[in-house]
Amino acid sequence: MLANSDITALIITLKLALLTTIILLVVGTPLAWWMARSRWRYKFLLEAVVALPLVLPPTVLGFYLLVALGPNGPLGSLMLALGGQPLAFTFAGLVMGSIFYSLPFVVQPLQQAFTSIGHRPMEVAATLRASPMDRFFTVAVPLARSGFLTAAVLGFAHTVGEFGVVLMIGGNIPGETQVLSIAIYDHVEALEYSQAHWLSGGLLLLCFTMLMGVYAINRRFSVTPA
Amino acid sequence: MSIQARFTIHRQEFVLDVDMEIPARGVTALFGPSGCGKTTLLRAIAGMEHCSNGFLQVGDMLWQDGTHFVPPHQRPMGYVFQEASLFPHLNVRRNLEYGIKRVPESERQVSMDQAIDLLGIAPLLNRKTHQLSGGERQRVAIARALAVSPKILLMDEPLSALDLARKQEIMPYLESLHDELEIPLLYVSHVPDEVARLADHLVLLEEGRITASGPIGEMLTRLDLPLAHDSDAAALFQAKVAGHDDQFDLTYLDFPGGRFTVTRKDFPLGHSVRLRVTARDVSLTLERQTNTSIQNIFAATVEEVIPEGKAQVTVRMLCGGVPMLALLTRKSATTLGLKPGKQVYAQAKSVALLS
Repeated sequence: MLANSDITALIITLKLALLTTIILLVVGTPLAWWMARSRWRYKFLLEAVVALPLVLPPTVLGFYLLVALGPNGPLGSLMLALGGQPLAFTFAGLVMGSIFYSLPFVVQPLQQAFTSIGHRPMEVAATLRASPMDRFFTVAVPLARSGFLTAAVLGFAHTVGEFGVVLMIGGNIPGETQVLSIAIYDHVEALEYSQAHWLSGGLLLLCFTMLMGVYAINRRFSVTPA
Repeated sequence: MSIQARFTIHRQEFVLDVDMEIPARGVTALFGPSGCGKTTLLRAIAGMEHCSNGFLQVGDMLWQDGTHFVPPHQRPMGYVFQEASLFPHLNVRRNLEYGIKRVPESERQVSMDQAIDLLGIAPLLNRKTHQLSGGERQRVAIARALAVSPKILLMDEPLSALDLARKQEIMPYLESLHDELEIPLLYVSHVPDEVARLADHLVLLEEGRITASGPIGEMLTRLDLPLAHDSDAAALFQAKVAGHDDQFDLTYLDFPGGRFTVTRKDFPLGHSVRLRVTARDVSLTLERQTNTSIQNIFAATVEEVIPEGKAQVTVRMLCGGVPMLALLTRKSATTLGLKPGKQVYAQAKSVALLS
């Protein structure tokens, strides 16, 4: 069945996906809100940037991140100047890469959910004495809850399935940056098909279950239109 | 106490340019055709439509001038939207509580129970919003706006999304708001009937500008304004119950120009009612008729006669200082020699009790 190294890879994968999802929800929510509300004429530029990881080969993203995070890159030298070490080939670097890689999967569902709320409920809340922050948390967030669920699950699942970016900036260090998708690749390279089967099957089941959950719950969440 | 507002708002192919002062009591209707800017004006008063150079003072509260802008959530107002716009994630009770919770206890003048009673929504409290009918939703929305103890209530065509039956369901509640609360109400409408029932003061809007503003009875009967030329043009009378006739089952209603006799209404003596007499239901005579079935006859002085197409004229008269309209044929007007100053008797064939 699963070797110890596989279990370590599984734990790293889940830790990476969880951390990435949490950070993305925190960062992506205000970004998505702004993108849903703003009438800034150059908003499309930002939208295009957010959507880039959807179409860009992960190796391209990974390559630039590697350059940036390495000891001579802007982020890497900043880390060095702060007394740390370059982020390339570390778990922290992996988290940073995943944040970029999974950004659209969190921001887009949130933006869509916020857009579909429309302005009216927020105006109503304002006439009922709710301050902007108050109405965001008591009206926008509850009305966008299905968007949050979708964003969280897609962000998580997409990070679990990440391969190219991890390979580029994380290397393949067992116990540090070796994630499941790479472990599977290694097994196949080594012709260990049975282990590859276990891991692949497990991943397939996990992703399917999560997505099924989202769609089932979203159907129940759907609010009857006024 | 008054409401002073000055706004210039530019929209695509539309400019709202108003400067008005209206009384901060009773019901003021912002009346005009669709697209005349009445909703934009109401939203500007609520602070939801930005206008950098506006001025707005409601009673002693300055809400906007060149340097100040009080954001909507800090204005002690209630707002009822065209569609009820209840929060779908909260049930009826939690919708009502949403506003109340955010009003400091010292500022609560309308209790939740009062709001619930006034709109008759006690049986609905535990329902989900999508289980309500259109009329029920709008009643909840009105109660929700009232429950924040507003200093002014703003309503944007609260009945327009409803069918006739639902309108008739809500109208009595709106009338009771008018009668029982001290809160001034600003009401946007394009329906003359609603305005005649509810408004005390009328602001006429056309293409983003105010064309006239004044007391409702005056505005409905001014011959230089369109309302007096509507096919349903009518005059309003504020009258008090003076007595009941048990033998014939009638009620007498007195106003400064005389006494109306209507079929019995069980109101207490002194109760104030609003009556409407349509211009086409009024005929004029030069002498008081005695051999007639018409009960409601009033001495009046002709103020103005204006042609209505080729065959008809609209006559504006005063009965005890109260304006009244009659729609006659031009031939009758000529035969009677109607001109300003002429003494006549106005006979009202039918009288509608509005409240």
